[in-house]
Amino acid sequence: MMYHWIIAPVVLPAIIAPLIVLVMRNDLTLQRVFGLASTVALAAIAAALLISASHNPPEVYLLGNWPAPFGIVLMLDRLSAMMLMLTALLAIAVQLYVISTNWDAKGRHFHALFLFQMMGINGAFLTGDAFNLFVFFEVLLIASYGLMIHGAGKDRLRAGVQYIAFNLIASTLFLFALATIYAVTGTLNMADIAVKVAALPEGDAALIRVAAVLMLSVFAIKGALVPLQFWLPGTYANAPGPVAALFAIMTKVGAYAILRSATLMFPSESAAIGTLIADIMLPAALVTLAVGSIGILGATTLPRLAAFSGIASMGTIFTAFAAQTPEATSAALYYLLHSTLATAAVFLIADLVTDRRGNATLSAQPRIAQQGLIAALFFANAIALAGMPPLSGFIGKLMVLDALRADAALIWTVILASSFLMVLGFGRAGSTLFWKSHATGEAAEPHHNPEPLAFIAIGGLLAGLVLLTLFAGPVKDWLDATAAALHAPAAYIGANNLPGVN
Amino acid sequence: MEALIAIAIGTLTASGVYLMLRQRTFPVIIGLTLLSYAVNVFIFAAGRLVPGLPAIIAKDAAGYTDPLPQALVLTAIVISFGMTAVIVLMALGSWLESGHDKVDMDDEKDEQETRA
Repeated sequence: MMYHWIIAPVVLPAIIAPLIVLVMRNDLTLQRVFGLASTVALAAIAAALLISASHNPPEVYLLGNWPAPFGIVLMLDRLSAMMLMLTALLAIAVQLYVISTNWDAKGRHFHALFLFQMMGINGAFLTGDAFNLFVFFEVLLIASYGLMIHGAGKDRLRAGVQYIAFNLIASTLFLFALATIYAVTGTLNMADIAVKVAALPEGDAALIRVAAVLMLSVFAIKGALVPLQFWLPGTYANAPGPVAALFAIMTKVGAYAILRSATLMFPSESAAIGTLIADIMLPAALVTLAVGSIGILGATTLPRLAAFSGIASMGTIFTAFAAQTPEATSAALYYLLHSTLATAAVFLIADLVTDRRGNATLSAQPRIAQQGLIAALFFANAIALAGMPPLSGFIGKLMVLDALRADAALIWTVILASSFLMVLGFGRAGSTLFWKSHATGEAAEPHHNPEPLAFIAIGGLLAGLVLLTLFAGPVKDWLDATAAALHAPAAYIGANNLPGVN
Repeated sequence: MEALIAIAIGTLTASGVYLMLRQRTFPVIIGLTLLSYAVNVFIFAAGRLVPGLPAIIAKDAAGYTDPLPQALVLTAIVISFGMTAVIVLMALGSWLESGHDKVDMDDEKDEQETRA
């Protein structure tokens, strides 16, 4: 069994990151070696946990060996193992890109902050305690503040102040929600909350509904669900390109938290909650999708285009989550895997172009170095993001549409219309960037450091999409089992060995 | 006592939200601080308010107050303290870099105002 390895994805970065700050702060090469080695080790650990989680029921890790619900627990199940794996793979690609383009030399402590960020994200995926989830959110946020302003500059600092202010408000709301949950149920262990909410006296229903909606709005801020998406374009467009690519997993932390609380703590089966979450989430998700795709069409800079494509993908995921059926959840998880890789790739490509052009404006400008290769990557990525065949975006959207037959008239219209807008938006951006450059006349032959590792990183992300497409069948079977386990959380709750619950 | 605490939390929250809607960093930070005070008292009250009872085990105790919210408040205070320090530094950096302390990102409008 994997017992003590469950905490390794949190402990490993927690040890290496301070070591990088204390011992290697003046040696960039050592920082790179240790940073990359740690993420590769995290990927190996995540792979082992993933294999273990696919063959075993959910496993609990008791911190300090205090029994649940009194101590804090970490929980390893299929969903959290999958998210750990996804995070580690994304982190390797981002790190290769950063090393290749020298982003980590533009400010100090990049690799330490990066590992602290990994620690927070991994912890948020693993924890089985609601207050501990808040703590890991703060860990990943405080690292993200540092990464967001890496390299500094006026616009980045101002966008950073906004980003912090929004997230501090979100953290305060999170605390209000947790205190309300504690006041009603008397516990903070997620499995225990699930048990208590299911057997809640009728008089407390209103309070727990308030807490559920507060929690959802906190996660919706993280997941950029309209109307709480307004912070995202400014932040992601002003953050360094590779950091924005890493932040592709941060919106997914919000999605993960919503999925976990909507299936475990506040399921639609419980009398106190009912269809509350679906009623709020569906319209918000559809508007998110519309806002994202219109934003892609209207974006004036390449990073903003990338940011809006992130918002649109969250819209698709939340639309499927709102159905609250195992089929829809499974489709949403497939789309989540796809969109994390695709969104990260578009941020990296945007950074390549911005770096070579010296500005981010979406307009016809002279040729850039390696234009053909970058254009090909952008093309493949745009196909994936817009959901056109043959890449995984198409399969993902097909699964989502298939799972949402019940409300086809509304949902299919929005998803298909927004896909059309995205095709238009990416087509416009691509032709402006790469084709119209010929019309501006030949400037001097552009020169740029070739940066092969950066292309390998982006190629790796796109290869991930190709693999997702080729192995869509087995992946879908695995995700079906994951979604089925999420919607029947008896095994997850049972693993906690709560007193008085069989 | 409950009414008094509730009014205090409400007042703090309302003042915090009002200040956060201002456009300059200083009021925004003060507003965030007031909000975090409000939530700290709120967490404390989530364990039910009882006067004069110990939170840790004592031989002659008539009853106990819930110790968990006190631990949670401690965590929340530490985190919000750290976060406030970060945002103060960031606001300072942003003020030094851009020459003003507006929170919104509407640059074109700012430039027009400076020119006018």
